[in-house]
Amino acid sequence: MSITDIQVTDELVHGDDHHEEHHEQSFIFKYIFSTDHKTIAKQFLITGIFWAILGGGLSVIFRLQLGFPDMDMGFLQPFLGDWISNSGKLDPEFYLAMITMHGTIMVFFVLTAGLSGTFSNYLIPLQLGARDMASGFMNLLSYWFFFLSSVIMFISMFLSTGPASGGWTIYPPLSALPQAMSGSGMGMTLWLVSMVFFIASTLLGGINYITTVINLRTEGMTFRRMPLTIWAFFITAVLGLLSFPVLVACVLLLVFDRSFGTSFYLSEIFIGGEALPNLGGSPILFQHLFWFLGHPEVYIVILPALGITSEVISTNSRKPIFGYTAMIGSILAIAFLSFIVWAHHMFITGMNPFLGSIFMFLTLIIAIPSAVKAFNYITTLWKGNLVFTPAMLFSIGLVSFFISGGLTGLFLGNAAIDINLHDTYFVVAHFHLVMGSAAFFGLLAGVYHWFPKMFGRMMDEKLGYIHFWLTFVGVYLVFFPLHYIGIAGFPRRYYSFTNFDAFSSFVDLNSFVTVAAIITFGAQFIFLFNFFYNIFKGKKAPLNPWNSNTLEWTTPRIPEHGNWPGEIPKVYRWPYDYSKPGAKDDFIPQTVPYHQTKESNTDFENEESKKEQPAT
Amino acid sequence: MLNTIIIIAAILILVILFAIFRVSSLVDVIKGDSSTKIPSSNGLQANLLLLFLIAGLIGGFYYSFGGLEDDFVLPVASKHGVITDTLFWWTMAITGVVFIVTHIFLFGFSWKYQHRKNQVAYFYPHNNKLEMIWTIIPAIVLAALVFTGWKAWMDITRESPEGSEVIEIMGYQYAWSVRYPGADNVLGDYDYLKIDATNQMGIDFSDRASFDDFIPREIHVPKGKPVRFNIRARDVIHSVYQPHFRLQMNAVPGMPTQFWFEPTKTTEEMRVETKNPDFQYELVCNKICGQGHFAMRYIIVVDELEDYKEWFKSQEPWLKQNADYLTEVPAKLREAASIVAGIENPSDLDAPNGLTISGSK
Repeated sequence: MSITDIQVTDELVHGDDHHEEHHEQSFIFKYIFSTDHKTIAKQFLITGIFWAILGGGLSVIFRLQLGFPDMDMGFLQPFLGDWISNSGKLDPEFYLAMITMHGTIMVFFVLTAGLSGTFSNYLIPLQLGARDMASGFMNLLSYWFFFLSSVIMFISMFLSTGPASGGWTIYPPLSALPQAMSGSGMGMTLWLVSMVFFIASTLLGGINYITTVINLRTEGMTFRRMPLTIWAFFITAVLGLLSFPVLVACVLLLVFDRSFGTSFYLSEIFIGGEALPNLGGSPILFQHLFWFLGHPEVYIVILPALGITSEVISTNSRKPIFGYTAMIGSILAIAFLSFIVWAHHMFITGMNPFLGSIFMFLTLIIAIPSAVKAFNYITTLWKGNLVFTPAMLFSIGLVSFFISGGLTGLFLGNAAIDINLHDTYFVVAHFHLVMGSAAFFGLLAGVYHWFPKMFGRMMDEKLGYIHFWLTFVGVYLVFFPLHYIGIAGFPRRYYSFTNFDAFSSFVDLNSFVTVAAIITFGAQFIFLFNFFYNIFKGKKAPLNPWNSNTLEWTTPRIPEHGNWPGEIPKVYRWPYDYSKPGAKDDFIPQTVPYHQTKESNTDFENEESKKEQPAT
Repeated sequence: MLNTIIIIAAILILVILFAIFRVSSLVDVIKGDSSTKIPSSNGLQANLLLLFLIAGLIGGFYYSFGGLEDDFVLPVASKHGVITDTLFWWTMAITGVVFIVTHIFLFGFSWKYQHRKNQVAYFYPHNNKLEMIWTIIPAIVLAALVFTGWKAWMDITRESPEGSEVIEIMGYQYAWSVRYPGADNVLGDYDYLKIDATNQMGIDFSDRASFDDFIPREIHVPKGKPVRFNIRARDVIHSVYQPHFRLQMNAVPGMPTQFWFEPTKTTEEMRVETKNPDFQYELVCNKICGQGHFAMRYIIVVDELEDYKEWFKSQEPWLKQNADYLTEVPAKLREAASIVAGIENPSDLDAPNGLTISGSK
């Protein structure tokens, strides 16, 4: 039913004025098995929020273990059962399970599905002027594969042997051999199954995003007039499409090794009192395959956030984004380079050192387009007229994290320095800032910015400010100190540091970080309240609350299926005509033709205006 | 009872917070400040951003240079570690400057150009010259970093020099085993199929070179001489990490790896330097390997060369300590093996049950 509906709309995309035939759908098809991109986006968002709470909650528990190793955790027994011993101690293996689930959840379920899934789905048709995604049905499948994958991963957390616990990178042989740790049994199996569905979801979504961007742009929406959000989502989808299948291959070989006795990753292993027959495999092969996805993955996580930030910063600076072309160029450069830097995760794995030097060279090149992006954001702020909405503050926070975390990448990308920093807390600090917190801030900026469009109501500003300041300061208080203990050589994924003289200092620093983490986590509940309460009770949103130029603000307060009640608007200009000299307002939406803005046109634009059809 | 009170208190606090929120949003509605699109606390946010910058810089400087740096910078005790530390601090200086300058601009601009009623933003879509500058300058700086890093990396990872002390380290869940080549200075072969409860490292006694290999309880290395670790693992991936030597290399099952370095400070010297009479170099596992990952501690002792030689000589071959493994030596080599390993009474070997031999007496 709804499928045919979409096909009709697709044919009618350009200039059709009898698209009033909207019909009421049953609850199930409207809100559950919906093919409407806006509903699917909200489904991704709410699922992402659920996972973020869970992932964040896990981190609070293991931070308690790290910050207060002598603490009696008996009070967690009602939730964690036997994972808390009778003397109130956390089980060391469950500790590893929690860090594994925290990583998996945050990287894949929150910052990939929650971020790309939400905003690519929501904004691509709305900002391009399309009635819906190219294939609404594939979009529906994309969400429900993600849902299935979520359910499987969630179930795995309740196994008596625990969920996967070999770290989110699941390096074999640890993840391949149930003898090595109990989490590598059924927990790992479910992890692998879940990830296969997750990848299917990502691919279905990605194909859709790419097709929609290429085919369903409204009249006048050339690639050079696309908002940077769409550029970011578009390239992100391409990255995902090229890299996630490699993870499938990687995971499939692991499944063979685990279940069918092959030796892709296993060789000469003696474990649990017996020698295994596997010969000739290489654990390094797994790492190459894994990071061939794994590195583009961090850009899959950060690029959409950077796209959102570009839009939010430009709108709220009341200024065009500085260097639009350079921004697109840097997205493309980052995307290309992200495929040829993966082995910088492997400098000290025993990989040939010559390869290490090649990857060091390529890795440091990727710093250049990243630097260009940061400089361009800062220049966009320069001489602006800055409006500090919560979304704007989160975007500024993102830029700050992106710089802080990006700079520490120069240490880790340098193979010689990486020898001593690899797998220490320095790495933890680095990626939590540059990809974790930065992408998370992008997600929050997006929610604050587009909430009025999503739900037709406003979020509370003051709560937004409190949320921002607690989170921003909190994130720095959590992750900045971790650099210091990383320099001191603290290894990551340690249940406790008391076994070593070298790591027995900094107990108070670890406690401090834990307290900061709890406060930061607690602050997210302010956001949750603000979000859910205002879906129902918020002030009604004006049509264009931020005086923004892009197309989504030309839809009705609550866009119906099909987005625009009448004709799809045409686009005449780029999306960043803010504070154009001569213009009467400080913004000119993309739908305003040049011949209506004679006072602010450049010579070139005056030429263009002659070609425009007079508006009817 | 106490729990109930805590829960009730928490609920009450939430209710109060909610009431405050409702009142303030109703006040906003009555005041009607929703007509303007500029947030009422725009200026406050700008000031807070500036305050954050200042407080962050002061806090960061205090923490980094206020006397705590001795705690987090471990004294370096290897030759190449001095080079990597130099690179580290150069990178720190460069990135530190960039970090501070960009943040001053980021938060400074935010404060300076906060919204004002009659202020008009400057329409400034691009400036190719500026963009070229900040593409090329980072490129040059990065080229310098890459080049110095590459030189150091190639130097550190090149083949170990002739005459290095060769020591084998094997990681397993959850400990390390270490084997020295013994008097002949050659490590014998190993085979993972020969591993058993006693022969933890799977030493292959069909190789002559293994007869005099010894397995001590802690690692000793000489100061001022290149030491090469031959690294392997027998179950899952581990990582040999020693932060004072700035040394790290993964131990991979099925794929031997190596790392060589030159210790520059004996354990005694480090005890003086760190003012810690109990100081020990600790070998650490730094790749997640299972539930005992955090407890794979192994002591490395750095001796003066003479002391090291003495210690080396005083070690008994593993075969001598476990003479029953002579049965694994091919028959024609057994006599040679017992001589090399210093087993005094190997004659019982021909007996059907080799286990009766007690060679260490």
